[in-house]
Amino acid sequence: MSTQVISLVSIGAHPTSGRPRRAEQDARAVELGLQLAGNDLQVLHAGDVAEPALRAYLGMGLDELHVLDNPEGADALPALTDYLRDAGAQVVLTGSQAETGEGSGMLPFLLAENLGWPLVVGLAQVESIDNGVALVLQALPRGQRRRLKVRLPFLATVDNAAPKPRQSAYGPARRGALHAEEVEVVDDTLLAVATLQPAKPRPKRLKVIKAKSGADRMKAATAKASGGGGQVLKGVSPEAGAEAILKLLVEEGVVR
Amino acid sequence: MSDIIRRDPRAEWIARNRLHPLHAAMQPVQHSWMGPNGVIRKNVHGIGFIGPNGIKRIDRSGAQQGGASKRTAAVEVQLPLHQVPQPAFHICVVPDMVGGRLSSQDRDLLGLAHQLAGSEGAVLAVVFGEHKESAFATAGVDRLLVLDGEEFSGYAPEQRVQGLRAVDNQFHPRHWLLPDSRTGGGELGRRFAAALGERPATRVWQVKGEACIGRAGAGLQDLARPLARLILASAECAEPVSETRHEALPVELSTSVARSLSRIEDLGAVAVDPGAIPMAEAEFIFSGGNGVKDWALFHQTAAALGATEGASRVAVDDGFMARDRQVGASGTWVTARVYVAVGISGAIQHLQGIGACDKVVAINLDPGCDMIKRADLSVIGDSAAILQALIAAVEAYRNEAKRDAA
Repeated sequence: MSTQVISLVSIGAHPTSGRPRRAEQDARAVELGLQLAGNDLQVLHAGDVAEPALRAYLGMGLDELHVLDNPEGADALPALTDYLRDAGAQVVLTGSQAETGEGSGMLPFLLAENLGWPLVVGLAQVESIDNGVALVLQALPRGQRRRLKVRLPFLATVDNAAPKPRQSAYGPARRGALHAEEVEVVDDTLLAVATLQPAKPRPKRLKVIKAKSGADRMKAATAKASGGGGQVLKGVSPEAGAEAILKLLVEEGVVR
Repeated sequence: MSDIIRRDPRAEWIARNRLHPLHAAMQPVQHSWMGPNGVIRKNVHGIGFIGPNGIKRIDRSGAQQGGASKRTAAVEVQLPLHQVPQPAFHICVVPDMVGGRLSSQDRDLLGLAHQLAGSEGAVLAVVFGEHKESAFATAGVDRLLVLDGEEFSGYAPEQRVQGLRAVDNQFHPRHWLLPDSRTGGGELGRRFAAALGERPATRVWQVKGEACIGRAGAGLQDLARPLARLILASAECAEPVSETRHEALPVELSTSVARSLSRIEDLGAVAVDPGAIPMAEAEFIFSGGNGVKDWALFHQTAAALGATEGASRVAVDDGFMARDRQVGASGTWVTARVYVAVGISGAIQHLQGIGACDKVVAINLDPGCDMIKRADLSVIGDSAAILQALIAAVEAYRNEAKRDAA
């Protein structure tokens, strides 16, 4: 028996043109879901069913896609919570943050809180699922991985460490079916007080030299990188030197 | 440094010149204390010297004051102490503490916290587990709360949220500030926000008055919104504290933290192929240069340590390492936390490339080279012998760890 997996998808925006497309991380969530559940994967979207970019997900080899019909500016959380509570899924995959709108990345956290499920952040790979327990690899910064044991059902977000999504093909994208479902519309309260504006380039931080005297300023402008306070072991045996180096490496936690 | 007392005309000049900013630092230490009637007393007999005729002389030319003290080029300037004896409110900061130390984003965040705290509020830093940081005072921490314990060690986000909730109940901070980073702060902040039911302001890069601006979506848009109680701030959100010293008074929780049933169990780090990690983001780099003669031994040591390999330009030019392994101005600018340089003398282009590294270890024959000046730990000696000893030491260390576990 394969586990029941649901991937949540959203509409992305091209980084340069801003044109609607499949969202990068959500496509990875679909890819991971396809690897886990094959054809049993369910894909769910809360938003406008008429959006043509949704078909790009169908082009990844899906037969159908469920849409909870929400207008723009509505809060997707209540509809998704209600749907997932009754869907009986064991693994729910999402991207880390949306490419349009607020993009706060809070949705998976709020869903997990509402459903009372554990949440794995930055899922890279699912190693095994049996007896209601999953062994997963979590992606850490600097290319590191951590193994976690988590009880089903759980929610997981994927980021760029997850497997690359397969290409979207045109034929399947046309043939796939979109099933829309009417849900209650709840307005997002944030949009009443916040405004979206084109992103301003952030000012580059200036290197301010707080020297009190001209000599100090001159030194700050011309000096080479200097530690000065470093410990120098001279005339020690190689073994003693190696011991000192190893001690530092173990203290820093890079040698395990 | 030699013990010969040298005259320093510049120091003498500063000691004479009462308008110079360093004038106070150049004065001889004058012994003063609080008298029984609450009046500051000074020992005026302490200054001056007895002249050749047995008469006391006070030399105000500066020669005695400035010159007699040993030359110290860098005068340690004591920053003014910022005190908040009775905080009207708290601003809570949860720094990431990567490697047990404050990162630059943590410092920016503390700067932002001070901007929000003004003169009445106190900045409370909440630190989980053990730390190695000794500069909380100059980074701008007024109160320091260390949540130490077995339950917070390792990857325990749910337990940490419980800890933060306990802090929230006790101090009722006006704002919570967390770094919106991939090293833990972003995740912890969002979990905490979901647990509190607060809507956080995420990826904030500017706070002005009662409004803040954060990046939205995929970075094509900004979201301007009223200041939230919980703020997840991105790097360089504010200037770090640099002009004041703070108390960093330890505080404690009055209640014990509720234990949460852990639904996620941490099984520890997984060994990844260090060669597959991109150089720019590798955490631990083992780099070789012109001084390495035995390259097979070098590769063996890197494998034994589990480090990503790097090289200086000379080693790459000579064909011992691939071009994409070059560290420095014309290669990769690395951000490793620990950088081990074997037989690298430290050309300025190379030192630029490792500017962002935290700890540098140098193994070199020449005790006067620039790399030794940059390094936190240097071992002077033949690299081949030291590398062999290092392999043996690592193996002994791993065996011991295995025996302890068994």
